[in-house]
Amino acid sequence: MSRWVKVVLLEDIPKLGARVVKNKDSEIGVFRLEDDRIFAINNQCPHKGGPLSQGIVYGDKVACPLHSWKISLVDGKAEAPDVGQTACFNTKVEDGFVYLELKD
Amino acid sequence: MQKMKLVLVGNGMAGMRTVEELLKIAPEIYDITVFGDEPYPNYNRIMLSPVLANEQTIDDIILNSREWYAENNITLYTSARVNKIDRKNRIVYTADGTSAEYDRLLIATGSKPFMLPVPGADLQGVLGYRDIKDTNDMIETAKTHKHAVVIGGGLLGLEAANGLKIQGMDVTVVHRNEWLLDRQLDKTAGLMLQKSLEAKGLKFLLQTNTEQLIGNDQGRVAAVKFSDGMELPADLVVMAVGIRPNFELAKSAGIHCDRGIVVNDTMQTFDPRVYSVGECVSHRGISYGLVAPLFEMAKVCATHLANFGIGQYKGSVTSTKLKVTGIDLFSAGDFEGDAETEEIVLHDAVGGVYKKLVIKDDKIIGSVLYGDTTDGSWYFQMLRDGKPIHEIRDYLMFGQDSLGNTGHQGQDKAAAMTNEMEVCGCNGVCKGTIVKAIQDQGLFTIDDVKKQTKAGSSCGSCVGLVEQILASTLGGGYAPPSTSKAICGCSDKNHEEVRAEIRTHKYLNIPDAIKGMQWHTPNGCATCRPALNYYLLSTWPHEAVDDPQSRFINERVHANIQKDGTYSVVPRMYGGVTTPDQLRKIADVADKYAVPMVKVTGGQRIDLLGVKKEDLVGMWKDLDMPSGYAYAKGIRTVKTCVGSEFCRFGTQNSTQMGIDIEKAFDHMWAPHKVKFAVSGCPRNCAESGIKDVGIIGVDSGWEIYVGGNGGIKTEVAQFLCKVKTHDEVLEYSGAFIQIYREEARYLDRTVHWLERVGLEYAKQRVVEDAEGRKAAYERLLYALQGAVNPWAERVEKPNQYKEFETISV
Repeated sequence: MSRWVKVVLLEDIPKLGARVVKNKDSEIGVFRLEDDRIFAINNQCPHKGGPLSQGIVYGDKVACPLHSWKISLVDGKAEAPDVGQTACFNTKVEDGFVYLELKD
Repeated sequence: MQKMKLVLVGNGMAGMRTVEELLKIAPEIYDITVFGDEPYPNYNRIMLSPVLANEQTIDDIILNSREWYAENNITLYTSARVNKIDRKNRIVYTADGTSAEYDRLLIATGSKPFMLPVPGADLQGVLGYRDIKDTNDMIETAKTHKHAVVIGGGLLGLEAANGLKIQGMDVTVVHRNEWLLDRQLDKTAGLMLQKSLEAKGLKFLLQTNTEQLIGNDQGRVAAVKFSDGMELPADLVVMAVGIRPNFELAKSAGIHCDRGIVVNDTMQTFDPRVYSVGECVSHRGISYGLVAPLFEMAKVCATHLANFGIGQYKGSVTSTKLKVTGIDLFSAGDFEGDAETEEIVLHDAVGGVYKKLVIKDDKIIGSVLYGDTTDGSWYFQMLRDGKPIHEIRDYLMFGQDSLGNTGHQGQDKAAAMTNEMEVCGCNGVCKGTIVKAIQDQGLFTIDDVKKQTKAGSSCGSCVGLVEQILASTLGGGYAPPSTSKAICGCSDKNHEEVRAEIRTHKYLNIPDAIKGMQWHTPNGCATCRPALNYYLLSTWPHEAVDDPQSRFINERVHANIQKDGTYSVVPRMYGGVTTPDQLRKIADVADKYAVPMVKVTGGQRIDLLGVKKEDLVGMWKDLDMPSGYAYAKGIRTVKTCVGSEFCRFGTQNSTQMGIDIEKAFDHMWAPHKVKFAVSGCPRNCAESGIKDVGIIGVDSGWEIYVGGNGGIKTEVAQFLCKVKTHDEVLEYSGAFIQIYREEARYLDRTVHWLERVGLEYAKQRVVEDAEGRKAAYERLLYALQGAVNPWAERVEKPNQYKEFETISV
């Protein structure tokens, strides 16, 4: 079962920035691109678990703050030559609010 | 216009290299026809030995495929031996009647193995070692026969013997002289080589002359008889006693020949329409059998064929390497010397290393290296350049590395490294990985290598080495990047161009700058955005808009991110001086927030480590101390010693000087971190010698040193000037830092910037130009005007907390 959860006002996420959502024991990074598209991925770099939400966001990627792995926000995959993937979550924006699809 | 006709006789390395050079400079002027008597397109003849040793295949050594000839509109005849040149009508003929007219003819018929004129030399199983056919014959023979005898202990003979041994034969090398490779090595090195090869299972008969080859009743060689009467069984005999220029064709056409086809310095024969290159020529009485001179000839000849008429070939100094895996030897020039020469010799018989340099009139004229050839190319370069050596004579024998990093900029170091040696310490990448990536993935640029291997992508200190590896792996295929590199893949502009445009167009924010300078990407990347942000702020202080999203997380949250995603908090302690009150406060905060570690830093202050992001603002509030900018590309610390206030040696009040500097330059952003130190006497307890700006108090004033660095590569700061007063220290050091802020590339430390512009430039701007200095110092003070403690600012503006809050669901 999955459900949509209202998490934050769109405008409370900085453009080309992110916010952290705590879901039970794990953290999800919710990213806002320049064109207001919203992506959500597990807040852990596949490399050494760095908090991706704290990285520099550009295009539809984020550079991990620990060792600069480039992670795609679209599919969670690391840019070559690095190999790895972090989990992605579906998002939507309604009435200025960002929603996350979470599994129970 | 009708094209001229160029005919090349000889589809080998020298002739085809000439054609390639010609196509590079004048691709359109000729219709080209090539005749080769072998059934293959052009291949790398010097790589036949690795083929015989199972290290490469025939396909690996093909240089130009048939498709290449077709693409370049070259008519290629293979298995076509030209046997007649009609110079009057300018036509060449092959044995089967094919003909081609020429306006210009290039003869590159190479050489033939010299076959000893002994009885039995025409028996089956007696070969020279010249081409693919010979190589295949040897490989085939090895499958069915046991005994091989190689006559000739020169380069070719030893490579053949090594290959035959690897193919499984029992190999004996017969050599006329006292030691192997007597044309390349002196006796000591020759004997060392013999020992190494014997360890590989080869056998040697030295000072032995061959008298006769004895056949069996099928007409195949069965034994070799020597002049001392001894006989050796032999199913295969390889003659490698030398080569002879192959000039019969030219001679039969009436072209002047002596021991080869005689050419002048433009590679022209006595017939002005006929040129010749390669092993078949006799240039100033010398015929060459190594590849480097042939390529030099090819280059010269191509300029004349292209009607440029500029090249001159003046002969070559050659160097030698033996292509037998596991054996390192190098030889160049006059390695024997005579009564007029001096020698420097290093000989470690047990370690298997022997090095000899022959010196005459303060110049290296010859060299033999055995066991360790690391510095071969360096010595050879000096030999060819005729470089005087007296300045480095004491170190010469110990190699290029012993000279430190001055003067030679690490050239050729890459070529000498083994594949296991680490190149990039940050990412743990060794040379072999880089070479393999370059070869397998066809990489041509530093950026490709960085991307595919990560080497050089972190601290960047190994990029020079990576570039050398790229150059040595690609050889002639490597085109060095233009001297100024693009800021990143998002733009073609380099750092200097970006800075200049920001100034002329007065860009004040990142979107305008990216749009105005036509970035390829919509909003840059993690490399260029922080640089742009800094350039905007440093060019237009108080006007440009600071973009937190373009700053690295540390600068965005004014704390240092740690490996587990927690942060560290480092409050400022000006000049490293604190008070009981401060310490109590820090202790209380550490208790309150259960800080896992409290540590004294190298910059004389206290680090609170392991702080959760959501606790940062609270801690700052409770601490009520200024941010120490321990996270910043900007001013970090001013380290001080005790100084004249307490120290019995102190000559100046270094502590107060440090406090004043740290206060004056507080909140300063820079291309990279900036560290100061002030010592109160030349004992230099504050380590001023390894700081961006190091100040040392002396009796009569202060000495200022710049460009020191205690980081990845320790750099000693250089003396900038000496000043008298406290205010002068501020003005001079401030002006220096301001010019660095305005002109260095983002992520350059002061040392890197100084390496580029030179200390003299800094002296001229800061010391000699008094008005410029004052103006620069004013600009720095203006930029810092009104700067505030960022921690206090965050505490006072709670609506900016959002970044620090975690959302729960």
